Amino acid sequence: MSSPEFASRAATRDADRLAAALAASAPTVETLPVRADLAALFPWGGLRRGGTVVVHRSTALLLALLAEATGAGSWGAVVGLPRLGVVAAAELGVRVERLALVPAPGAELGAVVAALLDGFDVVAVAAPRVADAVARRLSARARGRRAVLLSLGAWPGAEVELRSEGDRWWGLGLGHGHLRGRTALVRARGRGAATRPVQRFVTLQGESIPPPLTHSIIEHMFETSTTAEPGGDR
Amino acid sequence: MTRLFVVWCPDWPVVAAGRVAGLPLDAPAAVVVANRVVAANAAARGAGVGRDVRRREAQGRCPDLVVLPDDPDRDARLFEPVAAAVERLAVGVEVVRPGVVAVPARGPAAYFDSEADVAERLIDQVAAAADAECVVGAADGLFAATRAAHRGLIVPSGRSAEFLAPLDVREFLPDRAELVDLLRRLGLRTLGAFAALPERDVATRFGADAVLAHRLARGAQERPPARRRPPDDLAVTHTPDDPVDRVQAAAFAARGLAERLHTRLAGHGLACTRLAVEATTAHGEHLRRVWRCAEPLTSAGIADRVRWQLDGWLLGPDRPTAGLARLRLVPEDTVDGRALQLELWQGGQDERAARAARAMTHVQGLLGQGAVLTPVLGGGRGPADRVRLVPWGDERTPATPAEPPWPGRLPAPSPSVVPDRPLPAAVLGPVGEQVGVNGRFALTAEPVSVAVEGGPARPVLGWAGPWPADETWWDQATARRRARLQVLVESTEDGQTALLLVREDRKWTVEGMYD
Repeated sequence: MSSPEFASRAATRDADRLAAALAASAPTVETLPVRADLAALFPWGGLRRGGTVVVHRSTALLLALLAEATGAGSWGAVVGLPRLGVVAAAELGVRVERLALVPAPGAELGAVVAALLDGFDVVAVAAPRVADAVARRLSARARGRRAVLLSLGAWPGAEVELRSEGDRWWGLGLGHGHLRGRTALVRARGRGAATRPVQRFVTLQGESIPPPLTHSIIEHMFETSTTAEPGGDR
Repeated sequence: MTRLFVVWCPDWPVVAAGRVAGLPLDAPAAVVVANRVVAANAAARGAGVGRDVRRREAQGRCPDLVVLPDDPDRDARLFEPVAAAVERLAVGVEVVRPGVVAVPARGPAAYFDSEADVAERLIDQVAAAADAECVVGAADGLFAATRAAHRGLIVPSGRSAEFLAPLDVREFLPDRAELVDLLRRLGLRTLGAFAALPERDVATRFGADAVLAHRLARGAQERPPARRRPPDDLAVTHTPDDPVDRVQAAAFAARGLAERLHTRLAGHGLACTRLAVEATTAHGEHLRRVWRCAEPLTSAGIADRVRWQLDGWLLGPDRPTAGLARLRLVPEDTVDGRALQLELWQGGQDERAARAARAMTHVQGLLGQGAVLTPVLGGGRGPADRVRLVPWGDERTPATPAEPPWPGRLPAPSPSVVPDRPLPAAVLGPVGEQVGVNGRFALTAEPVSVAVEGGPARPVLGWAGPWPADETWWDQATARRRARLQVLVESTEDGQTALLLVREDRKWTVEGMYD
């Protein structure tokens, strides 16, 4: 073993100790659970109660964030998304029996979201424009009620902003196969504890990409294969 | 919605009071509460004595008017023979209030020739067995059926809303006097005009009770929350030390029983809307009567109905041969207490569900009952077909069973965005021609580019399908022939967008987007 490795190991040990000390001194952060691969995007390893999180552009990412929390007994509400794919939500693990939808809040958006924050652990809002004052009031309400406010689209004063980029699908060929899974690069940045930008490749929907074919896998396939050539029957 | 016959005995308080007082039927008489007339018979009305007229004035208009005291117990007791008479013709009799009984129409209408025939037999039966005049009406739902009974009409099935539309909003009297006054001042004079308002506006301006009234005016089911069959063990039984044969003892037993039933229901987060009162006499006779109520019954409401029923049995003409040795209350229909009376839902097992329910009710108060939806997954092929959105409080039943196989359903993952209106799409082939699907569910050309809603054509990176869906081809009315296609196109940003397209009637539309 070489000395640089020793040095780095010592450094990590120090860092661990520092982190432990900080964790012990800091007030405990209550979180709602999120999927393991998404947990890394948050400094608290989940959705911090009382926080506001912005999700840019991806409804699937929003649903994925709701999944674990509703599975753990929390109720979730989605406001202003008349086009939500409920089947996709269920496939992503959202317990739809604990999901409430308010597709058209109209001019009452502020009052509706405030009312929902009183009773729900997670409230997701999609609104084309939210006035700054209303947004801040709602974020404060979430903080007071220890609920999580998710916004699909910009929201002033958000703690963490998630942006999914560069969707990649697999499974669909030219005239054969079907959509199997989708990976995207999710970037997280924010304020306070979340200042340090994080980015992760995440399987947003479906199965993750199978490992590339290695020699042994191919040999195995040829031994037991009974399937026809892809697309051969079409 | 259940189709009901309603048997209505007009001016029942006057009829009952007159019978106790031994008055002839044609003598003008009125029942008076707090010096105001609450009910008057035809003779009195002919002399100008109507509802809400002051006692002094009524006597002035009609000097030989007999003024009778109000007594709900007496009304209920004398009504029992009428309910018994109706029951001889039809099962499932429910007493709505003294003077009004409801019977499900399906059974008797199928047994006798027609609904008109049943109505005639009911009138004859009540006149012969209970010596009372009545009018019979039939319609869908209790509210419409009661209005139909007031007019002696048989409203054809499915046309209750049409029947209600031209009626005056004063049909809501006497329960909703404030609302009626308000509606009339706003110029909404008919139920139809009130029903035409959006439910959301009704909820925001007039409050929760008006939403219920609005449902009634539209001919919708009277109770928004789903009724459900309660578990059997909710019934409460009381075995008195000595058989009950006096009215006072019955009243005492009723109060205790009502308390116990109410507490037990509240413990399950329920409230009762239909109550069966059962009694077994010392000689083994079995008596049973169902009471129905539009509002969930409170403890006092249950006690009243039990007392009325016991009085009816003990003092009626068919009085049992021995005292009542065993009493039993069975909640026939219950509603979720949390949907109507949140205080019933004290803590309980799931405090989070209770909080969420309260918040949803709050939002329904802001936007209207249909504005808060909870999704239920069922069977189906397309991503939209598989979801039914149920207003919070309604029964969560899927539109289609999930069970049978659904050939042509696309495998997971499903689109995360399902457009709420069809987005037209154009699928173009290698030389720019429109790609279609032929009768054998095959594409006419390989898709090369796709344009959504008249936008720019974007190159196709991958595609699969078509998945045929030839639904209910055996039924002309509901048959649908569709083909679905998955395409992956270059998105405007650096990435790929997957779309689910569906072709029906020679047109492509976007059925789902993977956002």
